[in-house]
Amino acid sequence: MHSMMLVGVGGQGTLLASRVLGHLLLNQGLDVKVSEVHGMSQRGGSVVTYVRWGKQVASPTVSKGGADYIVSFEQLEALRWAPWLKKTGVMVVNTQKIAPMPVITGAAAYPEGILEDLQANGARLVTCDALPLALEAGNPKCVNVVLLGVLSTLMDVDETCWLDALRACVPAKVLDMNLKAFELGRNACR
Amino acid sequence: MKQLMLGNAAVARGTWEAGVRFASSYPGTPSTEITECISRFDDIYSEWAPNEKVAVEAAIGASLAGARAFSAMKHVGLNVAADPLFTVSYIGVNGGLVIAVADDPGMHSSQNEQDSRHYAQAAKLPMLEPADSGECLAFTKAAYELSERFDTPVLLRLTTRISHSQSAVEESDRFEAGVKDYVKDPAKNVMIPAHARPRHVLVEKRMAELAAYAEDCPFNRVEMGGKIGVICAGDTYQYAKEALGDGASYLKLGLVNPLPVNLIKDFCARFEKVYVLEEMDPVIETFCRANGLNVEGKALFSLCGEYSPELIASVLLGETAEGITSSLQAPGRPPVLCPGCPHRGVYFVLKKLKLTVSGDIGCYTLGVAAPLSALDTTVCMGASVSALHGFNKVRPESAQKSVAVIGDSTFMHSGITGLTDIVYNNGHSTVIILDNSITGMTGHQQNPTTGLTIKNQPAGKVDLIKLCEGIGVPSENIRVVHSYDLKGMEAALKEELAKEAPSVIIAQMPCALLKTVKHAPALRTDPDKCTGCKACFRIGCPAVTLNQNGKCEIDASLCVGCGLCSQICKFGAIGGAHNA
Repeated sequence: MHSMMLVGVGGQGTLLASRVLGHLLLNQGLDVKVSEVHGMSQRGGSVVTYVRWGKQVASPTVSKGGADYIVSFEQLEALRWAPWLKKTGVMVVNTQKIAPMPVITGAAAYPEGILEDLQANGARLVTCDALPLALEAGNPKCVNVVLLGVLSTLMDVDETCWLDALRACVPAKVLDMNLKAFELGRNACR
Repeated sequence: MKQLMLGNAAVARGTWEAGVRFASSYPGTPSTEITECISRFDDIYSEWAPNEKVAVEAAIGASLAGARAFSAMKHVGLNVAADPLFTVSYIGVNGGLVIAVADDPGMHSSQNEQDSRHYAQAAKLPMLEPADSGECLAFTKAAYELSERFDTPVLLRLTTRISHSQSAVEESDRFEAGVKDYVKDPAKNVMIPAHARPRHVLVEKRMAELAAYAEDCPFNRVEMGGKIGVICAGDTYQYAKEALGDGASYLKLGLVNPLPVNLIKDFCARFEKVYVLEEMDPVIETFCRANGLNVEGKALFSLCGEYSPELIASVLLGETAEGITSSLQAPGRPPVLCPGCPHRGVYFVLKKLKLTVSGDIGCYTLGVAAPLSALDTTVCMGASVSALHGFNKVRPESAQKSVAVIGDSTFMHSGITGLTDIVYNNGHSTVIILDNSITGMTGHQQNPTTGLTIKNQPAGKVDLIKLCEGIGVPSENIRVVHSYDLKGMEAALKEELAKEAPSVIIAQMPCALLKTVKHAPALRTDPDKCTGCKACFRIGCPAVTLNQNGKCEIDASLCVGCGLCSQICKFGAIGGAHNA
């Protein structure tokens, strides 16, 4: 049984990324559950998607200390969800910072040194500055697929399966851009 | 071939496979995607109704006409539809009738976390509760057979985690249920007291028959394993399986009303200790206790919020898992109004004028958060208008210092009657209709004011101005203001609030997320002019940030050029296109 979480800020494209993962894992012949929350929290709030796969999956959600993988689309969200990462797990972190409203209004400060702190506490991190790569691919919205490219280097699934899943889930008119984003992510952390 | 499907999409698929011909719903998280997915099947007539009461009544009509019919809503939507629900229970069905209701334990996107199982008990209706997408599809289909076999509407209960989780389903073909004959039958279909009295007797007989059916129906099953007995349904079945695995035995209920008394007694007899795991209210536990069974439930678990595998493992096994800890505190990231949101400027003006604001249900409820902090109250769909009327009747002086804010879709849902109350009873209140030309929070559904159907086909369009005039709001007191026009909004508000008569201000600007909306280029700040006064932060726009030099900086990846911040800046520091 494996558990993954995609965490980020509403609007960053975690839902498409989870769709690609669901397709990928189901095609490996595994039982898969993908759980997401729609509605109010999506409006720029902290969002989380759970992906679980194995022989038979019961709970659609992931418990604290239960995630083998966390893909964080933003640094503060990496900090927020770190308690869900298994001590043996790995976290892909987009180094982008997006200030939440309490920081914008001055009610709170954006913490300094998040990545260093998580590493000091034993988290295995793979970091990537995904936004410039997404822009290089052609659109800032491709951050999600850049991060899938990074993730693909950490999972034991053939690249061709990833590409098939992308072709199946990404709309045709933006497919080439996303395939490029995937390759840029895949090569970024080698 | 198996494929991953959202629980809500699987319910939609189930209606299609069951031969449903008619679906009418009002959007509400977490139920919305059911009807959106149904709208993609051309074999089913589908529509967004103005509210859940109308939706269920329309579905009742379709059922009486002989077609299999469907309606979906969130838990609070069933409150709105409760009136027809309780009486259609007496009438029963011609074509099968299924009403899906999605509860939201934990309140991911709701104003309360009521437990809809009480409605099944109170309205005396069978209720099915699936535990994954495969069951969502199968139970929906089976619900139609149940409905026609027992001559009853059937409730299908979902929760957020079932509605919004994808799991594997196997599709099959559509059963062509056709349209049954319609035969006039007033004794069954006209609920006057003389007819309703014998119908009530039949309802009680039907419930007894359903209770007998529940004892060995295909929806309830026992899975024998370890020595702990667990009674559960829906998502808590999945959480319990995850936490306890083969260490427990399960009575997994799929038909959650009526409950099978003998099946439960037999199950309990096999174990020293039986736990009832159910989110929110102790419906099953209370039933067990009423039948003399000493089960454990809410003494150990909260009535509030969601269950989870970790909660069950912690309470029943004393096991906790720990992940990566950090000494750093993560500031919260609450949801916010989007960059370019037409509601933002309106709230800025309301706050500036220090008005009491009677709020409503929609994206614009986010105006409660800092720094806008604009709302005083929010109850339910439509309450902004009617509650303001009551407020101002008790405090007449407040009519000049208060407004209601309500979205276009919410106004059509439940605001019209409140405005009628103001006009009819000589109120002086001012109502702002936040008309963003769409139902926003639930993800862009058409509504009676948009001129498009659920399938984006041309439709009859309700004209808000004429509607308000028709109710009796004086024409000169109905104003349309562009939502981004801060000065225009302030002037209109001052004029309308001063009048001792009902007023309506329609703040008009389509939702910034609509694909049809063309955005202006991102703005930029002139660092030489910016004094770092932070006035622009008062609008609470995620694109307006503070840079390392203590000056305003516009995030070009978020900014849609709405210009609110530049209207507020007294130093002319914000403006111009980013690439100019």
